[in-house]
Amino acid sequence: MAAAPTAGSALGRYVLVRFLLIIPTVLILVTTVFVLMRATGDPITAALGGRLTPDQLAERISAAGYDRPILVQYWEYLTGILTGDFGTTISDNRPVTEVLATYGAATLELSAYAVLVALVLGVPFGMIAAYRRDLLPDAVLRVLAILAYATPVFFAGLLLKLIFSVWLGWFPVAGRVSTGGEIAMRQAGADSGFMLVDAFATGDPAVVLDVLSHAFLPALTLGLLTAGVFLRLVRTNMIGTLGTEYVDAARSRGVRERRLVTAHAWRPALIPIITVAGMQIAMLLVGAVLTETTFEWRGLGFQLSEYLQARDFVAVQGIVVVMAVVVAVTNFLVDVIAALVDPRVRF
Amino acid sequence: MTAPEIAGGPGAAPATPEHLGGRGAWWRRLPVVRQVRQSVGLQRGMLVAGLVLCAVFVVTAVGARWIAPYGWSQLRTPDGTFGAQQPPSAEHWFGTTVGGYDVLSRVVWGAQTALLVVIVAVLASIVVGVLLGLVSGYFGGWADRILVLVADAVYAFPSLLLAILLAIVISGGQSSMWGGVLAAALSITVVFVPQYFRVVRAEVVRIKSEAFVDAARVLGTPHRRIMTRHVLRNSVRTLPLIVTLNASEAILTLAGLGFLGFGIEPSAAAEWGYDLQRAVADVTSGIWWTALFPGLAIVLAAMGMTLVGESLNDLADPRLRVRARNRKVAGSVAATSVATAPAGESSAAADPKEDS
Repeated sequence: MAAAPTAGSALGRYVLVRFLLIIPTVLILVTTVFVLMRATGDPITAALGGRLTPDQLAERISAAGYDRPILVQYWEYLTGILTGDFGTTISDNRPVTEVLATYGAATLELSAYAVLVALVLGVPFGMIAAYRRDLLPDAVLRVLAILAYATPVFFAGLLLKLIFSVWLGWFPVAGRVSTGGEIAMRQAGADSGFMLVDAFATGDPAVVLDVLSHAFLPALTLGLLTAGVFLRLVRTNMIGTLGTEYVDAARSRGVRERRLVTAHAWRPALIPIITVAGMQIAMLLVGAVLTETTFEWRGLGFQLSEYLQARDFVAVQGIVVVMAVVVAVTNFLVDVIAALVDPRVRF
Repeated sequence: MTAPEIAGGPGAAPATPEHLGGRGAWWRRLPVVRQVRQSVGLQRGMLVAGLVLCAVFVVTAVGARWIAPYGWSQLRTPDGTFGAQQPPSAEHWFGTTVGGYDVLSRVVWGAQTALLVVIVAVLASIVVGVLLGLVSGYFGGWADRILVLVADAVYAFPSLLLAILLAIVISGGQSSMWGGVLAAALSITVVFVPQYFRVVRAEVVRIKSEAFVDAARVLGTPHRRIMTRHVLRNSVRTLPLIVTLNASEAILTLAGLGFLGFGIEPSAAAEWGYDLQRAVADVTSGIWWTALFPGLAIVLAAMGMTLVGESLNDLADPRLRVRARNRKVAGSVAATSVATAPAGESSAAADPKEDS
């Protein structure tokens, strides 16, 4: 800061240092998962113990290499991850990377919808709550935000499902698309994994509508949880900036109240909002796991709970590691974005 | 240092002159009572509502034996079995589950399980987190750096996933009541420890450079005594805020674990998350009572603790506290402060680090 180097080099160095910090973080995460999963014994006994004879078990354990020293296994696991090999699931004998590729898109799609819902609901209402601070709108919105936080996402999902799917019959109960739509997609040769993209590829509005009606309740469920967090975040930071002198100065110059809130107070509040909102990716992923299980939305989370039931810990390990890496990388990106927006962060 | 104390008095409605000198009735200076008296309007309403919900939760948990009409794994009375998926009736106010249990009884007993898990989880994470933060922050060095790195990595880890992994390790999935309670609580503990570690360590690093710590060191006070007497007491001031917020998170994590099938077996204890997992199929066929009541129990318990935590948080945060009372609160923080020298900065110290 004091030497005031050129903006480009300072930013470049910050990004580089921050990027290098990912490596120990990811290493710690991967090691933690590895140690925890091995602490229970080998995955083959966990998955198949009791179903095979001890001899068969021993044979499969040695075939998979789980009888070798733990450090050798650890090294192999690390090098495997670096070359994109997360192992092979025990219950359905598929490479974990294939599982990730097949179901990752669904989780991504659900998360994107949820963030959209959260932005649409959380940001404007957070602004209102901050502006009408300690008045009725603020009271109502804050209680709603706490309610959104205190409601387990799967309970919210079950309630929405009960009311809108079972009782009113407005939306499908579960899944991502109906059988008819799936056939249409297959005929059109669309298999990107993103249902909405595939639906548009069929060119049939009925299929698009079908996909959207399947997505509505899961997106709303996960979105409400996230919206509560966003609302509180926007409110807290806006209250900070609304009380500053430059907002007073702008008001005294006759800037309209609406513009005071949406431009003058909003812009400086944005940086902490971006940072903390980005950190919610971990919460979003956990929420996605639970939402997918509730709505049988066939994504990574749904698969994860299936593998947990099957006690297939190779698959669990792979999915958890990928989620942890996604979180670490997202946090890095968020920091970079924050640095781009605000020069002060680069110090 | 005298300025905030003087400002704390007569202007503020509920404060009595005794309050000024810190010699009011003893109960008025209890942690939560003080905040209730400090707050007004909406903040007080939220705090009191939260306290009431928490009280109901604790009373239900402690008195489950007398409140619940049946046992948590009871399937029959001398008159015959309860029957599965019976709608609410005079005998079963909340109906019965697919497994033939009484929903009301399981909701009531579930409060006991949740309370036990919360207590064990929060206590264990405070002990471990504060100890690590204190030692790490006080001595510094490479061990400190590694601990910070690990804590940051674990903090960024999706909490429920970490809890699942630990539940697998500790209990291999499902287990008896105490085994299950301990497994769930310890799984949640590991998620929380980094939070306490970070907060306490940051405070310790700040406080250990204060003049009064240097003075103690010059006088030849042993490290152990400086740490416990001078540094520890001054660095745990913000913990009550984290505790209340963590308590609600513990309930939600326990429910999440149960929902994914890593809770406590239904015959060992009642657990709300597990009951909701069993209710997923019921909901599809229009059976609402098996999902609604355990779910509401989670919401009310978590909400009570969140309301208390949020209110305490707001009252301690100068940005969120209603402005007219700013100086008054700074005054009461100074009055309860152990350290006299840095008391002028204590309202800044009370500013919670984890404000999301």
